[in-house]
Amino acid sequence: MPVMTYREALKTAMADEMERDDSVVMLGEDIGVYGGTHVITDGLLERFGPKRIIDTPIAEGGFTGAAIGMAMTGLRPIVEMMTWNFSFLAADQIIQNAAKLRYFSGGQVTVPLVIRGPNGGGVQLSAQHTHSLEGFYGHFPGLKVVSPATPADVKGMMLTAIRDPDPVIFLEAGALYGTKGEVADGDATVPFGKARVAREGTDVTLIAYGRQVNLLLKVAETLAAEGVSAEVIDLRSIRPFDAATIVESVRKTHRAVVVQEQWRWFSVASEVAAVIQEEAFDDLDAPVERVSGAEVPAPYARNLELAAFPSEAQIVAAVQRVLYRT
Amino acid sequence: MATTERRGKQRSDTDVAGVVDRNGSRVDDATLLDLYRKMTEVRLFEEAAQRGFRQGKIGGYLHVYSGQEAVATGFLAAHREGDKAITAYRDHAHALLLGSEPGAVMAELYGRGTGLVKGKGGSMHLFDAANGMMGGYGIVGGHIPLGVGMAYGMRYRGEPGVVQLYLGDGAIHNGAFHEAANLAGLWGRDGLNPTLFIIENNQYGMGTSVERATAMTDLAAKFDSYGIAHEKVDGMDLGAVLACAHRVVDQVRETGRPYAVEALTYRIVPHGAGDFFEKYRTKEEVREWRERDPIGLLERRLIESGAADEERLGAIRAESKRAVEAAVRFADESPDPAIEELYTDVYADEVGSGR
Ligand SMILES: Cc1ncc(C[n+]2csc(CCOP(=O)(O)OP(=O)(O)O)c2C)c(N)n1
Ligand SMILES: [Mg+2]
Repeated sequence: MPVMTYREALKTAMADEMERDDSVVMLGEDIGVYGGTHVITDGLLERFGPKRIIDTPIAEGGFTGAAIGMAMTGLRPIVEMMTWNFSFLAADQIIQNAAKLRYFSGGQVTVPLVIRGPNGGGVQLSAQHTHSLEGFYGHFPGLKVVSPATPADVKGMMLTAIRDPDPVIFLEAGALYGTKGEVADGDATVPFGKARVAREGTDVTLIAYGRQVNLLLKVAETLAAEGVSAEVIDLRSIRPFDAATIVESVRKTHRAVVVQEQWRWFSVASEVAAVIQEEAFDDLDAPVERVSGAEVPAPYARNLELAAFPSEAQIVAAVQRVLYRT
Repeated sequence: MATTERRGKQRSDTDVAGVVDRNGSRVDDATLLDLYRKMTEVRLFEEAAQRGFRQGKIGGYLHVYSGQEAVATGFLAAHREGDKAITAYRDHAHALLLGSEPGAVMAELYGRGTGLVKGKGGSMHLFDAANGMMGGYGIVGGHIPLGVGMAYGMRYRGEPGVVQLYLGDGAIHNGAFHEAANLAGLWGRDGLNPTLFIIENNQYGMGTSVERATAMTDLAAKFDSYGIAHEKVDGMDLGAVLACAHRVVDQVRETGRPYAVEALTYRIVPHGAGDFFEKYRTKEEVREWRERDPIGLLERRLIESGAADEERLGAIRAESKRAVEAAVRFADESPDPAIEELYTDVYADEVGSGR
């Protein structure tokens, strides 16, 4: 299988789909002439022309709303949020229109729309440019929310997202754009609502999505050296949510630690913990632990930022607690 | 009803040698030379920041102001105690010109505990409220309503201040601008909105030129829709900016009504310090603008008018250089923020913080 970066895999999926389906168009700030702020769309303007690769002014509410309108007429727009931090300006359009149109039109209208861009922090962008919005968007019925962690998944899930008849919030792990992995050629779609067992284990279940999955794989190595066998689950998709894979794992390990970069209160990890206690209460040998970002707006200084995000040490400590080893 | 006054094209009230201040007298040579010192300090500070970024001492985003110095230098020369200024993320110059310690600004960029905002905000979030610097914001357009609200608040409290509200050519297409400008016009009818909108039209929002962002490229004229009078100024020419600034700041202060100036300027550096390729503009274009570099322009004018000779200007530049070197040293030698600082300043009242 060919090896490519997360960035290349993402671009390949979008370009392939644009070749295949001329109802796919792309909108966003500096995606064309500039080449894309994160170099995801470089070269696409030359390939598909300005009618399909639409550079927009800095007007997130306007162009996201317009993309919803395009979708209502049968186009399949992909909106690039330069970063998800700017999506708050478009949140009204996403939540009040995209998510609900099908419902309040009694099923007459669908919104086949993908909104994509880098999510999460870790590069000292400080308070206004550091958000992990899985929980935020995951809250709204009518949206599908996914967060792929590997090059193979980002390609496969982007193909699925573009073909999906509903609005998809596609949260890319910005910090992983340069990471490499094997990616199948061709139409290798990955379905929504199916978690991935990234590493098998028997003593504890570690659950995450996005860039924290890689952190968990590292932690699992560390734990293995200490004689603890950790199973790592990559959620992949937040809504729809794959409870079955998690429950099955916890039935085996009896312990779970959920890790996320976002804030703990009212978050994805809270939901995962609730699902586990509802569906696998009798299998649990310890309360489910959540390791999350510190409950503060993201700081700038490197030392403070490192302290604000989940670390290997924090995760190992949480594992020790669920194993009653402390 | 607000009457909309259109002054049309670029107006250069006068050139530096004949700059007129608000009392009608010529700006004296000492003042001009001091502004020259400030402009060179800002430029050298930005160059030092770019070096710090390349050395990995500065993280995140870094947007420098090189090429645009005459705009903030000119307008903030008309800033009086009690006035406020607010801008986006290209904010180092504004803080320095309002009187922030260069060392504290550099320390902020370095993420040190001695930084202007204790290392918490970084380059995009410089604040120095005591000097009237009300920030430093990272979301394009997001600060514009705040400036309008501050202007209302000041008049409500009976304070004579004005708000200098800086925004980019890219930000003007954001909804927040249009909503806020409408409010400013509305509240200004009752003398409750002393906002001076200053559009720093550096021709691009990242890689998107003004022509590619709007079908109506006269940005100042957008204010017509909101009953706000406006004009344009040559933002590379300190003399033109100064003359305009003193006149319009006084006018806004006296009337309590908003006014807008579109300063035509140019960013001679990439959008962000991490940007390497610039597919959206040509090297020739940048070179042409560099010939109108505001600092070079001022130097020529100062020498032609006899206000200074090359030696004097060299001595001033050396002074600026020493100030910037001291700032870098201060930043370098400063400690990281204490880890406990992570949890401070989230709430004014920590009760219920849920930590
Ligand atoms: C709402 C929002 N969208 C996008 C961005 C990314 N961004 C940062 S600066 C910038 C360009 C702004 O251009 P302009 O207002 O002209 O200011 P300049 O950078 O030229 O000073 C963009 C698009 C952002 N920070 N906020
Ligand atoms: Mg601009």
